[in-house]
Amino acid sequence: MSRVLEIDFGTPQATGEPVTLTIDGRAVTVPAGTSILRAARQAGTSIPKLCATDSLEAFGSCRLCLVEIDGRAGTPASCTTPVAAGMVVHTQTPKLAKLRRGVMELYISDHPLDCLTCAANGDCELQDMAGAVGLREVRYGHEGESHTGLPCDASNPYFTFDPAKCIVCSRCVRACDEVQGTLALTVEDRGFGSKITASQNELFLSSECVSCGACVQACPTAALTEKAVIAIGQPERAEVTTCGYCGVGCTFKAELRGEELVRMVPWKDGKANHGHSCVKGRFAWGYATHRERVLEPMIRASIQDPWRTVSWDEAIAYAAAEFTRIEATYGAHAIGGITSSRCTNEETYLVQKMIRARFGVNNVDTCARVCHSPTGYGLKTAFGTSAGTQDFDSVEDCDVMVVIGANPTDGHPVFASRMKRRLRAGAKLIVIDPRRIDLVRTPHVEAAHHLPLRPGTNVAVLVAMAHVIVTEGLCDGAFVRERCDWDEFQHWAEFVARPEHSPQASEAATGVPAADLRAAARLYATGGNGAFYYGLGVTEHSQGSTAVMAIANLAMATGNLGRPGVGVNPLRGQNNVQGACDMGSFPHELTGYRHISDAATRALFEAAWGAPIDPEPGLRIPNMLDAAVAGRFKAIYIQGEDILQSDPNTRHVAAGLAAMECVVIHDLFLNETANYGHVFLPGSTFLEKNGTFTNAERRIQRVRKVIGPRNGYEDWEVTELFSNALGYPMAYGHPAAIMDEIAALTPTFAGVSYDLLDREGSVQWPCNEAAPLGTPVMHLERFVRGLGKFVITEYVPTDEKIGPRFPLLLTTGRILSQYNVGAQTRRTENVIWHEEDVLEIHHTTPRSAAWPRATGCGWPAERGRRRCGPASPTGSRRGWSTPPSTTR
Amino acid sequence: MTRPERLIYMANQIAKFFAAQAGDPAEGVAGHLRSFWDPQMRAELVAWNAAGGDGLDPISAEAVGRLA
Repeated sequence: MSRVLEIDFGTPQATGEPVTLTIDGRAVTVPAGTSILRAARQAGTSIPKLCATDSLEAFGSCRLCLVEIDGRAGTPASCTTPVAAGMVVHTQTPKLAKLRRGVMELYISDHPLDCLTCAANGDCELQDMAGAVGLREVRYGHEGESHTGLPCDASNPYFTFDPAKCIVCSRCVRACDEVQGTLALTVEDRGFGSKITASQNELFLSSECVSCGACVQACPTAALTEKAVIAIGQPERAEVTTCGYCGVGCTFKAELRGEELVRMVPWKDGKANHGHSCVKGRFAWGYATHRERVLEPMIRASIQDPWRTVSWDEAIAYAAAEFTRIEATYGAHAIGGITSSRCTNEETYLVQKMIRARFGVNNVDTCARVCHSPTGYGLKTAFGTSAGTQDFDSVEDCDVMVVIGANPTDGHPVFASRMKRRLRAGAKLIVIDPRRIDLVRTPHVEAAHHLPLRPGTNVAVLVAMAHVIVTEGLCDGAFVRERCDWDEFQHWAEFVARPEHSPQASEAATGVPAADLRAAARLYATGGNGAFYYGLGVTEHSQGSTAVMAIANLAMATGNLGRPGVGVNPLRGQNNVQGACDMGSFPHELTGYRHISDAATRALFEAAWGAPIDPEPGLRIPNMLDAAVAGRFKAIYIQGEDILQSDPNTRHVAAGLAAMECVVIHDLFLNETANYGHVFLPGSTFLEKNGTFTNAERRIQRVRKVIGPRNGYEDWEVTELFSNALGYPMAYGHPAAIMDEIAALTPTFAGVSYDLLDREGSVQWPCNEAAPLGTPVMHLERFVRGLGKFVITEYVPTDEKIGPRFPLLLTTGRILSQYNVGAQTRRTENVIWHEEDVLEIHHTTPRSAAWPRATGCGWPAERGRRRCGPASPTGSRRGWSTPPSTTR
Repeated sequence: MTRPERLIYMANQIAKFFAAQAGDPAEGVAGHLRSFWDPQMRAELVAWNAAGGDGLDPISAEAVGRLA
């Protein structure tokens, strides 16, 4: 594919009533509020511009986009002048041409004339505009004072800032303000002394810059340039694909020169990210070529033996022979598989299909078991669908955001920027989190209420909020009567109204001041469109499902469902958590969350797969490990997961893996789990394969092969090879055929195909005959289950206790520069921001209790040994502490 | 017989949830175990319950009894 060219309309799209004007003699109709610059571009006329771009509000500083308007004096900037009915505009006149050339002459008089050796040569708007205005000479010479000798800031690992090439158009500053919301950049001084600076005139690396790259993307010159472009040269072709990191699901143009990836540029038409990205998605893809990546298969008879590199044929044959031997010796129930939330829908589907169809067991599970199965259970129980209710765009209509157990600026930074934008526009924020996450107070954003609850008391806080809403008469009775089971509501209302659930009564357990909780509950119930956004702080807990249902109860009771701006929104941790769950990865469900005991559903799959399906649930990951320790579970195929590092109770995971006779690891690197592996099958990165991911808003998006798999095979092909060697034939040819099979077997995916995705860019399931282009907001008229179900959510205190031996409770947290257990991001330049894991600990925690052991090489914990760097006295509540989720 | 400590713990956790719900809590627990637990896990708990069910709380014990 050639370069994916995007039209820059100059200013953002407006949404007013249609207005007709005349531009260069042609009638143009656009929405009221549209700038003349944009209207002209929509009509096919490119007015020269430098400071304007359609991702930013108009600024009017460069004075290139001047136009003449009949009946109006002067030459106004077309970017800041809105259209008006009957307006007659001229974009090309001798007067305008002279003015534009004069402006450009001044710009160029203070700009290095090194185009031939400049990294931006051929992709420079300043160069383009010089041509567009017909600049033929610069009369001022270059002898006078200029900025061309200023030093270049190369401190950031991914881009340079060369002030000599800066035209101070402020696009970078405005991108940081408007798009990213960090406000790290500014224009220092004024007039000729004006220059762009990061924070307080610091290097980019040591400033508040979060390296999202929005400034680099916005820069019209070579002032901000990717180091990869400087090193490799301008890209010459591109593929649009989907990021492999968090659950936001940003789409990018992967731009290449030859076979080499040069840069990832967020795709403006991406419906999840709208042209924005974070430091991971835009820059942290170097792990694909990291020296530690394993590219050849390996086997060993015992985990005490060294690995032996073998051919693909030998590795697959060995794994198949071992699985067949174990089946014959111990029975098929001794075998299982783990799918990955990092792999594609198609790959995940194949793993569960192979285990179910070849072995006749349902021992399949996914890492989403740990992080988001409570969402599946809780929301299916309450609403009838195991997924969030909204799309990301819904936040634009939100008046009150409740963020609980999530740290969006670190974990889901691109969506966090959308949230901050809405908050700057006036929406209110409630944060329920033990930590003072960045959203609590960040430039131009401050939470109305921060409820710093004790870890493990989510349910108590949510029930106390319900108590306030019910006892103060703040329920939306009309919504509840129309949309929910009234008897169940009354039962629930009686439950939450009990005195023991009042904020005062709960305060001792939760640590949240009753007055603050009351105020937050009132705001959520009465502040307009209220939306919950939650993360792993809610779900990764023994009461995770209960907490999700408690959130659903609050949303139903206040009528905050079934329209834009409201809802219950899980922020999925990994890129394909939603998809992995959709694809039948759980041991009790087939695709589309249909229970394995349903005979009609099983019959559908049995006919398609040509194999009987066990009607009983299989083992979940912890149960597989239990069964292994007990000697009943002997072989496992693990695709793209490092369960030894990511699952709870490390000792138990290690004991379970050690007890197995054949552990097949299918991954990019020799991870911690591979210490217990017998077969290592090299995996492919998201850049090297075709498929789809489904993001947190149920959006199905294409993953396209940008470069060939360095290991030789895409992951779905490896599973296919394994299945064929096991005697269960698969021959798909392309993931599109796998998706066709998924669509044929799954009602919520019935309309999905690669053709549709290529045509529409993406769709949100359900996508079927009733909703051929997908469903952005669910439960519009009625809940999928019929009437919304109120569930009693009794708070049960956690069994996790502190004591003399183990004086701290640890809970993990997200870090902006790192992802999951760090397998990918630790192998990129992102380590410059996170050289080692740091334990956050409250400054009043007695040093004698924990600090001495919590420095250097690690300290003992009840379920394993934690390795972490020096303690950092920030953020956390007293009595507990936060290592990052990457901690080993 | 080895005491199925983990299964007892899980069953009792599930029972705590259903104890608060309307209707028959033991049937809620039994239904949950049928829907989400592997048959071998259920069988282990059934056997333990038949042998006295030490550690199972009353709702769990009644639910497990219905699985037999």
